[in-house]
Amino acid sequence: MNIYLLILGMALVTYIPRVLPLLALDLEKIPSRIKTFLAYTPFAAMGALIVPGIWESIPGNLGASIGGGIVSILVSIRFKNPVFSIIGGVLTATLILFWQ
Amino acid sequence: MVNQEDTFSRGFITGLPVFFSYLPIAITFGLLTRAAGLEMLQTFSFSALVFAGASQFVALNLLNLGAGFLEIIITTFLVNLRHLLMSASLYTKIIDPRLIPILGFGVTDESFAVAGIREGPITVPFLAGLQLVGYLGWVGGTVLGYVAGEFLPEALQAGMGFALYALFIALIAPPASRSGLIFTVAIIAAGINWALTLLGLGHGGVRIVLGIIGGALAGTILDPEGRGLR
Repeated sequence: MNIYLLILGMALVTYIPRVLPLLALDLEKIPSRIKTFLAYTPFAAMGALIVPGIWESIPGNLGASIGGGIVSILVSIRFKNPVFSIIGGVLTATLILFWQ
Repeated sequence: MVNQEDTFSRGFITGLPVFFSYLPIAITFGLLTRAAGLEMLQTFSFSALVFAGASQFVALNLLNLGAGFLEIIITTFLVNLRHLLMSASLYTKIIDPRLIPILGFGVTDESFAVAGIREGPITVPFLAGLQLVGYLGWVGGTVLGYVAGEFLPEALQAGMGFALYALFIALIAPPASRSGLIFTVAIIAAGINWALTLLGLGHGGVRIVLGIIGGALAGTILDPEGRGLR
């Protein structure tokens, strides 16, 4: 298989959904219910992206995923800085893996 | 109202968490492409042209399993279909839609999460800065992983798989702890995706799309005017 052809094909089918709404939506005329739906979309997306993928984020070690998750939640509510949450979550997961 | 501070550099700085969450995942991708026998330029093109993490891992996995061209393309399309909803949501907040054909390329789960959860309209320079810093992290991390990933300690390589989830948690936890509606919407979306996965129904990308639709729909039914978001 030609890898470059594959990459170009993947790039195309990835790009289409990213720009299609611009062509399909008249942004001025969206009904308010649809606007509410789209405004809730980011929060719904976070939920669906986290669960259940997070259980498998560190293959074969649920404890490291859960430990990292708890630390990330606590750090994010306390500091509201995503960089701290990433560092805290990854370090916790790594330490749990290291000790086992 | 438009925040006068929403400049390119503000977007770039706001996007730094995306940069840091991409870096380890991208390093892992670079490491795996090398193990799969891809050349450096192929690896670079993968991240530079597709710029969609999950689908790149899936495609690499399928390549390793000997899947065909069309199978990989269709899977990629399904995995990335969720961007359709994200773009639609994001475009309602962008002030000048003319540059969307360019900015659309930079829509990812993470840049969308940062821009979408941010209150108020989004300026084009802000979004461009936000997307560029993520893009640099993704492409730069991929190359770094290809060249030097094997020198990282094993426990850290595995622990880095958690980075994206830490970013998602960091973005949803503060608003969800403030608003019961936002919490409910996120939990319903998570529950739908989890239930479909347990039942073995649908494809990974399709499950995420259904989870997002279900969660956002619940929010719209419970709160049609979107008051819980203000």
